[in-house]
This record gives sequence, C-alpha cells and structure tokens, in this order.
Amino acid sequence: MEKPLTANFRPGEPLSLKEYEKLGGYQALRTALKMGPDEIIQLISQSNLRGRGGAGFPTGTKWSAVPSPKDLPGTRYFIADADEMEPGTFKDRLLMEGDPHQFLEGVIIGSYAIHAEEAFIFLRWEYTLAQSRLKSAISEAYSRGYLGNDIMGTGVNVRVHLHVSAGRYICGEGTALVNSLEGKRAVPHSKVPRQTDCGLWGRPTLMNNVETLCNVPHIINNGPEWFKNLSNSKDGGTKIYAVSGKVKRPGAWELPMGTTIREILEENAGGMRDGLKFRGVMPGGASTDFLVEQHLDVKMDYDSVQKAGSRLGTGTMIVLDDQTCPVGMVHNLEHFFARESCGWCTPCREGLPWVASILKAMEEGHGQPDDLDVLRFHTKHLGPGRTYCALAPGAMEPLQSALVYFREDFERHITEKRCPWR
Amino acid sequence: MLTDDMKKKIEEECHRCGNRQGACIEAIQTAQTFWGWISDENMEHIARFLGMSPAELDGVASFYNHIYRKPVGKHIVMVCDSVSCWVMGYEKLLDHMTQRLGIGLGGTTADGLFTMVPIQCLGACDKAPAIMIDEKLYTDLTPEKFDRIIEKYREGA
Amino acid sequence: MATIYIDNKPFEVEEGQSLLSACLSLGFNIPYFCWHPAMHSVGSCRQCAVKQFRDENDTRGYIIMSCMCGVQDGMRISIDDPEARQFRAGVIQWLMTNHPHDCPICDEGGECHLQDMTVMTGHTLREFRFKKRTYNNQDLGPFLNHEMNRCIQCYRCFRFYVDYAGGRDFHVFGINRRIYFGRHKDGPLENEFSGNLVEVCPTGVFTDKTLKKHYTRKWDLQTAPSVCVHCSLGCNTIPGERYNMLRRILNRYNGQVNRYFLCDRGRFGYEFVSSDKRIRKPIVRSEIGDASHTVSSDEALSRVCKILSESPGIVGIGSPRASLESNFMLRALVGPSRFYAGLSDQDTRIVSSIVNTLTKGPARSPSLHDTELADAVLVLGEDLTNSAPMLALAMRQTVRVKPMDLVDARKVPRWDDSAVRKVMQDSKGPLFIASPAPGKLDEIASGTYHAAPPDLARLGFAIAGELSSNAAHVTDLPRDLQSVAQRIAQFLMEAQRPLVISGTGCGSESVVQAAANVALALIENGRKADLCYVLPECNSLGLGLMDAGSLDDALNEIRSGKADTVIVLENDLYRRMSSELAEELFRAARHVIAIDHTVTKTTERAHLVLPAGTFAESDGTFINNEGRGQRFFQVIACRDGIRESWRWIIDIMSEIGRPEVTEMSKLDDVTASMAEAMPAFADLPKIAPRADFRQRGMKIARQPHRYSGRTAMLANVTVHEPKPAEDPDTPLAFSMEGYQEQPPSALIPRFWSPGWNSVQSVNKFQSEINGPLVGGDPGLRLIEPLSAEHTVFFSHIPEALQHRPDEWYFVTLYHIFGSEELSVMSPGIGERAPAPYVGLRTDDAAALGFHEGDLVKVIIDTETQQLEVKIVPGLPMGVAGLPVGLPGISWVQLPAWGRLSTI
Ligand SMILES: Cc1cc2nc3c(=O)[nH]c(=O)nc-3n(C[C@H](O)[C@H](O)[C@H](O)COP(=O)(O)O)c2cc1C
Ligand code: SF4
Ligand code: FES
Repeated sequence: MEKPLTANFRPGEPLSLKEYEKLGGYQALRTALKMGPDEIIQLISQSNLRGRGGAGFPTGTKWSAVPSPKDLPGTRYFIADADEMEPGTFKDRLLMEGDPHQFLEGVIIGSYAIHAEEAFIFLRWEYTLAQSRLKSAISEAYSRGYLGNDIMGTGVNVRVHLHVSAGRYICGEGTALVNSLEGKRAVPHSKVPRQTDCGLWGRPTLMNNVETLCNVPHIINNGPEWFKNLSNSKDGGTKIYAVSGKVKRPGAWELPMGTTIREILEENAGGMRDGLKFRGVMPGGASTDFLVEQHLDVKMDYDSVQKAGSRLGTGTMIVLDDQTCPVGMVHNLEHFFARESCGWCTPCREGLPWVASILKAMEEGHGQPDDLDVLRFHTKHLGPGRTYCALAPGAMEPLQSALVYFREDFERHITEKRCPWR
Repeated sequence: MLTDDMKKKIEEECHRCGNRQGACIEAIQTAQTFWGWISDENMEHIARFLGMSPAELDGVASFYNHIYRKPVGKHIVMVCDSVSCWVMGYEKLLDHMTQRLGIGLGGTTADGLFTMVPIQCLGACDKAPAIMIDEKLYTDLTPEKFDRIIEKYREGA
Repeated sequence: MATIYIDNKPFEVEEGQSLLSACLSLGFNIPYFCWHPAMHSVGSCRQCAVKQFRDENDTRGYIIMSCMCGVQDGMRISIDDPEARQFRAGVIQWLMTNHPHDCPICDEGGECHLQDMTVMTGHTLREFRFKKRTYNNQDLGPFLNHEMNRCIQCYRCFRFYVDYAGGRDFHVFGINRRIYFGRHKDGPLENEFSGNLVEVCPTGVFTDKTLKKHYTRKWDLQTAPSVCVHCSLGCNTIPGERYNMLRRILNRYNGQVNRYFLCDRGRFGYEFVSSDKRIRKPIVRSEIGDASHTVSSDEALSRVCKILSESPGIVGIGSPRASLESNFMLRALVGPSRFYAGLSDQDTRIVSSIVNTLTKGPARSPSLHDTELADAVLVLGEDLTNSAPMLALAMRQTVRVKPMDLVDARKVPRWDDSAVRKVMQDSKGPLFIASPAPGKLDEIASGTYHAAPPDLARLGFAIAGELSSNAAHVTDLPRDLQSVAQRIAQFLMEAQRPLVISGTGCGSESVVQAAANVALALIENGRKADLCYVLPECNSLGLGLMDAGSLDDALNEIRSGKADTVIVLENDLYRRMSSELAEELFRAARHVIAIDHTVTKTTERAHLVLPAGTFAESDGTFINNEGRGQRFFQVIACRDGIRESWRWIIDIMSEIGRPEVTEMSKLDDVTASMAEAMPAFADLPKIAPRADFRQRGMKIARQPHRYSGRTAMLANVTVHEPKPAEDPDTPLAFSMEGYQEQPPSALIPRFWSPGWNSVQSVNKFQSEINGPLVGGDPGLRLIEPLSAEHTVFFSHIPEALQHRPDEWYFVTLYHIFGSEELSVMSPGIGERAPAPYVGLRTDDAAALGFHEGDLVKVIIDTETQQLEVKIVPGLPMGVAGLPVGLPGISWVQLPAWGRLSTI
C-alpha cells in the first residue's frame, strides 16, 4: 500500500532539504515549472483531488476559478490554511512537522499554477514545532532557489510568508482568515465576491488546506491515474485518518481514501479499550454528525459519509464510548463553538451560548423538559443559510445527531435531574 | 515605549505585508514577547507606530486569545479543553492543576510564575489530555506528570 | 423592472436593489436591524429572513436573508411563511436573551426599533432562563449616553461611525457574545457626526445626553418641521417641545438635503433656545451703559413709535440668521434704500459675487444630495468639516462614487456593503482640497494644497485656464503648481459629474471667483459641472438675494446725519465689524432698536430691545446654500413678550399707521407681499402649504395622538385645561387634535406610522426606500442657472502672496464647535469648543520663540488682542490662523496682515 504523504516521515527531525531532494523532492516543482499553469490545473482536475480542509471542494475546479492574468492582471495571492483547530483534528500538524518540504513544494506549485507571486502560510499559534520546522524549511528552500525570485532560472517568482496567528478557531474559515491576514478582526466575509476573484487585499486569492497541498507534488510526479488508483472510492488519493478517544491505539494513519470506519477503528486504532464499548463516532472532527454502530462499514469518503448522514470533514474521528456521557461530550463541543463564535451574526452569537447553557444545566441536574424543544429549535434554526458562515451549522451537527442517537441520555438527565454518568 | 529592536522587527513585518495595518497582529505579538502583555498605554504606542488609532488596534487585538490585555505570569499554562481531551478526562486533571497551582482558569499564581488559561484543541488528540506551557507541548498528561513539569518550571525560576 | 411574487401575488419592482428594500418600498413589513437604508446590507442580524421558492411547484422553499438577496425577475418569496416567521421570532428571542428589558427606564422607550420589531415578529414568550451578560458603560462626552447592556450587536453604530463617517476613535471590541461597542477608553466621541448614533442605534445604547437632562417621552413631545440654523446647508430637523421647553432635535429626512443624518452642531446646538441669556420681555435703557429695565410689549411698541415718528431717517440692519420674512419686513419698514444686509463690505461683496454667479451664469448649485453623486471634486478654500459639516460627510460618500466602477465591473451589487468595501479596498475617487490649513477631510483627499487665499485663488484660476482658453490664465505660477493644476483639470474633465466646492470660508472674493471660473470652464467644455458654495449662515443666500448694502454703507448713512435711528434685526454687530466701528455706530445713532432673541453685545447697548422668537418660536423661510427655500415652523408657541421678528415689525408698522400693513397679520401675507415686491422671491408662497390648508378638513396636529397629561400638565396653575395656542400662520395646530397621518412633505411634524414608532418609520413616508418623500421632498429651489451662452469668466487674478518680514498673513480657521454664534451657547457644544488661540505652524512658532500655550499679542488693523499660541501643523509659511467667532475673540476682517509679539 502506497503512502505518499507519510512515506518520508521519520521519528525525530524531519528530512533535511538534501535528504528530501535525494528522495525525489522538488522534482514535481521542476516538472510543474515546465508544464505551465494551465496544464498543472488540468492535471489536478483530472486527479479528482478534493479539498482536505473539510468541505471537500474539488481542488482543480477551485484553481481554475482564479481569473487568468489576461482577464485580470496584477497581484494574486496563494494561501495555505494551516490553522487546524477543529477539535479532534491533528493531521495537518503531522504533515507539517513530518515533511515540511512536501507541503512547501505544494504551496510553490499551487502559487505558480495561479500566477501568484506571494504565498502565505497561515499557521496557528500553538503549532510551535511545525513553526520552527517550516521556518527552517522555508529558509532552506530560499537558499536553494526553490523560493524567491527567478526560481531555478525560470523567471518565476514565489515568496512565502509564514503568518503565525494569534488564535481563534474562526480564523480557519477562509474568508475570516483573509481578514485576519489583513490585520483585521477575523470575521467571515460574505461569499460575494468570490475569493478567487477578490480576496486578500481585494485581489484574486486561492486557499487550500495543508493536506490538500501535500498531495499536489505527488500528483505531478505520478499522474492523475496513479492518484485515483490509490483510493478505494471515486475520490482520488489517500487520506490521513485519525482516531482519538478511548481506543487502544489512538493515532493517525495514511490509508486509501474510502477505507471503512470499521477498518480504521479496529485495525488501526486497535478497537475500544478493554471494558469499553463503541457507542458512536464523529467521523471528521467536532463539527460532524455522530455516526453509530450501524454505520461502521461506511466508507470514509466524501459521498459515502454524507449518505450516512454526516460529513467526512477532516477525516479525523472522535470516538464516544459507552461510559462517557454523550450530553457532556456535546456540551463540551457547544461550549467550544460558543466561545469561538466571532460574534457577527445573531443566531450563532446568541444561540450557541444558550445551547451550551442548557447542556450545562442538564449536566448539573437542572435540565427541564422544555429544554429538548429549545435544543431542537436551535438545531433547526442554526442550520446552513440561516447563519452567516458555516461555524454554527457545523456546531449543530453533533448536537442534532446526538439528539437522535442518544435521546434517552438527554431524557435521563432531565428526569433523573443529574448526569447518570457521574 | 517600543524599543528600537521591536520597531525594527515591526517595520520588517510592515514591509513584508506592504501595509502597516496588515502587520498589526505581528506587531502586537512582537511587543508581547518582550512585555508579556499589552497595557493600554503600550497599545497606544503600537497603534501610533502603525498609523492606527488605539481603538482600531484594540478592536483587532481584543478579538484574539493569544493577545493579553492584563498582566500574566511568567509562564502561560494553556489547558486544552476541547473534545478529545474532555473524553480523556481533562476535567479531573484541571481540578488537580487548580489545586496544585491554587488558581482557576484565567488566574495567575501569587508568585507571578503561572497564568492558567483554557485553549482550543491543541492538535494532540491522540495523546490527550494535553497542555501547553509557553511554547512547549505536554501530552498524555497525568497529575503526577503535571507535578513534575511544574516543579521543573519552579526550579528554573 | 422585475416581477416578483410575494406570497403568490405579483409585484413590479425596480431591479438592482435588495429584496428587503424592494419589499419595504412596496409597504410590506419585514423586520430588520443591521440593514440601514443609507448603509445598506451586511447580513449580520439575520432578522430579515423570508422564504424563497425555486418555482411554483416548490413547496418547501429555503430561508434567505432578504437584505442579502438581489431582486430577480420571477423570484418567488413568502414573508408569511410559518417557518420564516418562526425564525424571525427566534432572532428576536436570541437578541433579547441578554437585553435588560429596561424599557420603562430607557430613553429609547416609545421610539425603539427593537420594541417595534419585537412586536412585529410576535415574540412574546421568554424561554431563556440563564444569566444575562452585562457590561460597563463609558463616558462619551457631552452628547451621548452609553448603555451597553441594551446592545443587540447589530454593528450599525460601528458601520456608521467608522465606515460611513470616517471616525477612528470608536470600534467593536471582543468576540463571541462579549462584543463591545465603544471607545478605546472613556472620552468624548471625536467624530462630528456622533449624534447620529442616537438614530442609527436601533435601541437605547446611544441616547441623546442633552435630552436626558430634560427628558420627555417621544409621544409627549410636540413637534414641527424645522430647519437647522447653524450653517448654510439647511438640514431639515424635527425639534421637540414639552412644557414650553425645547427638548431635543431629531433628523427630518429630506431626500435632496440631509437625508438620514445631521451633524452634532445641528443636533446638539439647540439648547441656546433655553439659554438664560434669552430675552423674554422688551428692554429699555436710556443711554448705553445705563441700567436697563423691562417694559410691557405695549409700552415698548409705543416707545418705538415715538422714536420712529420723530426720526429724520431710519436705517434697518438685517441679518443672515433671520428669516426672509423678518428681513423683508424690516426692509418694508425702513424702505429698500435704507435696508442693509448687516455684513461687512467685504462679506457683502463675496456673497453678492456668489449670488451673481449662481443666478446670472450657467453654473448650477447642487443640492447636498447631488454632491454625493459627483465623481470628481475640487474644494477651493473651505474646511468643510468645520464650515459645512454635512457637506464633509457627503464627501466621504462622494469619493466612493468613482470606485463604484470597479464594483460594477465585478458584478457585485451595490447594496452588498461588505462586498462593495472588499472590492473597493482603499480606492477613492478624485477629491482635491485646496485650503488655508489642513482639515480632517484631507485624509480622504487624493491631493491637497495649503496656501493663503490669494494663492488658492491663483490655483483655481490656473485650473480654469487649463480648461478653457477663454478663461484668464495665470502666467507666473510655479511649475510644480501648474502641473498640479493640470492634473486637477484633467480629472475634472474626465468626470461625468464634476463638482467644484468653494465658499465664503476664507473670506476671499478671488477664491469664490476662481472656483466659478473652474465650473464655468467645465461647462464650456460641455461637462455637467456643479458649483457648490458654502455660505456662513442659515439664510446668507436669502439675504444675498435681497441685494442690500453693507454695514459700512449703513454706518456712512448714519455718519452723514441723514439717519439717526437704527433698527438691528437679529444681528450682533460686534460679530460683523470691528468693535471700533461698532462703537462709532452706537455713538452716532441717537436711537438703536434691537430685535433679537438672545443677549448679545449689541442688545446690551441698544436703547430698546424687542424679544424675538428663535427658530423654535417662529415661522419663516431660509434659503440654503443650494438656493432652496425651506419653511420652518414654530414648535413652541410664543409666550411672555416673545414674537416673531417679522410680527414685531408688522405691529410697529400698524402702530405708526403704515397703510401697507392694514391687511397684513399672518405669515402668508408677508410671503405674498414679498413675492410681489421682489421677483427673486416670486415662488416664496409655494414653498409650503398656506395657513388655510386643511387635510381632510383638519389642521396638522403638532402633538401626537398618544400625547399624554394634557389635562394635568398645568394642574399646579389652573384646573382648567387651557385652550391650545392659536396658530394663524400655518396649517399646523398646537394640539393633538387634527390630522395625524401623512401630510404634505413640507408639513411632516414627525415620523410615525402604526407599528413603526422609531425613526425607521421614515420608510413609510418615502415614495420608495432612499427616494423622495411622498409627494416630493420639501423645499423649493429659488435660483436656477442660465444657459451656457451666459458664461462670463472672472478675470481679476490676485497677486501671489509676498511674505513680509515683520508681518503675518492671518487667515480664518473654523470650528464646528465654537465658530457659530448660537450653538456655542449650548453647554455641550460650548464644552467642545476650543479656547481662543492664534495658530502658527511649528517652524514659524519656533522662529518667533513661541511655544504652544504662550500668551502673545495679536495686532490686526485696529484690533489688539492677547491669545494663546497653538501649533497648527500644515499652515503655510508666514501665515497665521485665527479662529472665527469663538467666544472671547474679537472680530477682524480676514484675511489680513497683522503683527505678532510677546506681551
Ligand atoms: C469555522 C471553520 C473553520 C475552519 N477551519 C479550517 C482550518 O483550520 N483549516 C482548514 O484547512 N480549513 C478550515 N476550514 C475550511 C476552510 O474554510 C476552507 O474550506 C479550506 O481551507 C479550503 O481548503 P481545501 O479546498 O483545500 O479543503 C474551516 C471552515 C470553517 C467554516
Ligand atoms: S450599540 Fe446599538 S447600533 Fe451598536 S451594535 Fe448595539 S444595538 Fe447595534
Ligand atoms: S437586516 Fe438582513 S440580516 Fe440584518
């Protein structure tokens, strides 16, 4: 089984530039520079690479949406979203710490593909190790001429800036991220105009997730067919899946896209800890609906998970066992989302803290029968289109599914006036 | 007052962004590494240096959780309170930490050594519970492990 | 036009607008908070949700925010849809989770948009049972009260203050549910338009602190349509009265003038009406300096009669702050040849130059709203923020006109405010400001030039010279300045709607003429150029149109002995001429009769003072800088001895048996007579309906139908409910009896509509959102330009300023708070006014050895005064600035050479 993304991971220090080059590093960049932007985009489109940031948007389509310099001359920007803050998610950290040059190569190729000469890596503050590794990788790349002006004598310029964020989950949202880079409050922006037309400082801007970009050099090197064949489903490539919670071996693994939940949980994570039973799982981070026993054979790809009623999200699972309180777990999630709401739109700003308060009250034995109605009101009215961005709808996903799959737990909290798990 | 060193660093950031406001978060972080926190007065100094009004800068600064507007201890203990750590029982650990340090979240120890704050998922979910002290991550934390770590910081002080 | 289906009924609506605005224009009630007609949509509050259906067969539909969707032909929506209604009620429920529910003690209660929207959505049952968050409030200075707990986080204040008005000392702080709107620290809000937060905030976070001092509920206020008296723009206002006291000023929408906003001087300057310097009874004193005593009105009248009947000649001195009617009656009393405008020679000349340019040439004066539509602007000689504040606010919108091209090119709808700002970024249309000293607007200007007035005029002439070979050329301009002139000429020529702004601000006729030349040259080139002049006072243009002589002429008339009696109408001569000349006038005249509402140096010296009504106690007409005649109406019935100035004069004339006034008793008689006597004012009677106008047989009620305590108000004085004051002059009644709905636009006493108790109810009075009021905006343009063949260029180009070794060239500096005579008597404005000073640039001060705060002697002409030095960076070399009109500073005609020395 090929594991292109993690093949070069090794314990301790990541590969130096020399070692990376020896293993074929920056070959893709050379090839790409010869191919030219249009051909690169075509290749990426053919590979069926879909964004690994959570929404699964086809990367090739996104890249081709950036207006050509003929139609709109001038500066354009490339941004790598390395703000990974979705609770339960740590795949981008592993990629940046494990093989920073692979990521960087993706950034450079992406920038070149959209004619961007400036690229930003938006890194969350807490990823201090990734930060130092990226810093040295960037300076290595500059000194070897993979970055900067006139890359490898081709006349292509790409400069990469590492921006260390000052915190806040919402910064990961693409439009909020741009505001933050501009030195503003990280409040999301409406989808009009599209970022690819008018993003950072009003210029065409393309943004991709770290994992998405790590795939790029491999697609260039091995071609779209190879990439598609890595997968067990129609979405191309491998995927970094991860599991946290009370399993035997929590961790992250690169597996074919479309590996089933069961395989990941049982074969890779070693199954539940002794004495505990599986109760549910959030398949792709904190803002995805719970799946339960009956879904264990669902393939972890975009469409299959969606069909099962959840989202692939970041592909990093959080497992709920039978001795952990689902209400408490959801309370933890909603408390998080309430705190991280940017405060721009009403339903999110006022609704999430209310939801969190109710769940807290339930946990403390003060739940009331009407509370369930209020919670359902929120899951309905904090849905997509009703709030300004996707934070609140994401926050409602675990809650709405918990209300379905773990209804009796909620009811017991209310009738017993306590948390039965404490 | 901003030191020359800070000014130089901030100026570099401005240059990199091509826009002074664009560098404001970096500017604050730069200053904060020197001062530990940003007083109202210092906020005004930074704003002036960037050609922003204090209100404009503070409006931005107050959005982000890594910008401190009140004095903090020498070390910041960031306790991941997100879902994986919760499942793995961080709350019990927090109780222990609270007792051990004698402060709650948001508090600073009397000796000025530690400030404890909650933090979003540290991305160490497979090794939960996790905390971060200043720029260093500690995982698979147990009360005993925490005590040992704290001792080290105390000795270093 | 597009057809949209609302709850299955088709409606024709204009394309290119948001669905919310279209629905409101159609008269539907959709609740909203973050949307504002002038600031458009950002989609933050989520209150305006409706349901959209894909087609006729779609029964599920999906919720959309009506403010964030453009009108599309064939679109089907439902406002009534149960799910949409549930969501909207939910939004109120969310907003109210933390709201303190303190309506009974909240100043906003009764005119609160949040209250209205709560009722509109039907949200009545509170399900939230947790603790509310609370905030600390800030001291924001004399104008605004801050009560953050009431905030519903609609972001309107921030968007108005920062995005719309360019304020920089206010922001939104924090995140999640702990969002805070305020200043970085306590302190007065610095922006000149901060008072609009009172109306912009949909609830009681920002309320009028001056109203708080003498609080009255909206429904207990007697109101009438009025016009601001604090500058020449003539913003429309709604003053509110209770217990014979003026309680506050609110904006009155006029689509052509101020639209949704007022400046802080206009909003908070009103307290002079209740000043303890008000004159309420006739005053007499035998000689200047003698003790005075009050007399009855009859006694006063008979004394005036005696004086007038014994006098060989009477001189009448009018005033640019008095109504047309009052000025006209004075003119009628003394005769046209002895009626003087009450301005210095130079000021009279400048105003008359402006009047001539606008009435005898092809340049058109734009309305205030027109100026917002210009795509290139040259400001010559004005510090707009201080001399015509709302024009400065307009300029902040004007510079966005040109960059709208970018927005259109990206097919971003203009109503999508955050998208528009994203596309526009910092790009601004051309705005060049040439003025004596730097001003706040410089920050949005594409170029500035600070020089002494003659040099400003020369730049103006040079621009005109670049544009037209017929215009006089400046031959000896420095090369770099000539290229500046070229650049300006070029952007003005490239514009669709170029605008030239100038005015009386720097006291220079040349500047006014140079500006005219630029506009004329553009017109000659076939451009649709507007020429906007700023004048000093609310009726300066009206008085200018009356074409009267100057104060110097009046003085000469008295000096010559042909006249011995002077009647001064609402005018403090010490603000118009040097004190030396004023003293001479008082010495030379045997009798000085003053008609004014407030004690001034002039009334303190007059032998007889008749108490006039302020704008609040009078009806009359002002002509604003556009040439728009606007009627203002009494909101307080005259009491004590107070009468409208024109009425005093009618009474005097009838007392001395003048035949013209036998048939004259009401305002309509005066306007009719004026229209007949002076062709320029032929349309004066048409500005507002006559006094006999009735709507459904009724007068328009000044008091709202909810007016309370009518029978109890005076219970401490009398148990009988007093008869309401008569109003023979207007179709308005001092009563709650009368027509309560929508009257003709000139007579709208307040905005209110069922379910809409807040100022947002203006929606219901407009023909469409952002459009004119139903039936047309009030006011009537009394001047119109002639055709282009009447172009005559001015040709007198002044010499460049030559520095003098021992002298300084003194120029005017204006202050929004302080320079205007009446508003500065209001405590809040007074608090914000600077202390008198003389301004010097840094190096000039240094060369003189002066430091900020040093007391120095300033000698100009015959006037010597001691003033503190203030550093005014950016003043031209060798030029000193003197603030205009501040209390404690003496009048001198500026610009002028003068000397500076240590004491
Ligand atoms: C609230 C919120 C937080 C997000 N955080 C992240 C993040 O931390 N990292 C990330 O890559 N994408 C994040 N996203 C998704 C991004 O908006 C964006 O879709 C993604 O970076 C695009 O990259 P991709 O096409 O390569 O997936 C977030 C989205 C939302 C709504
Ligand atoms: S203070 Fe008023 S205007 Fe500002 S956000 Fe709050 S409710 Fe809206
Ligand atoms: S008015 Fe439409 S979202 Fe606020």
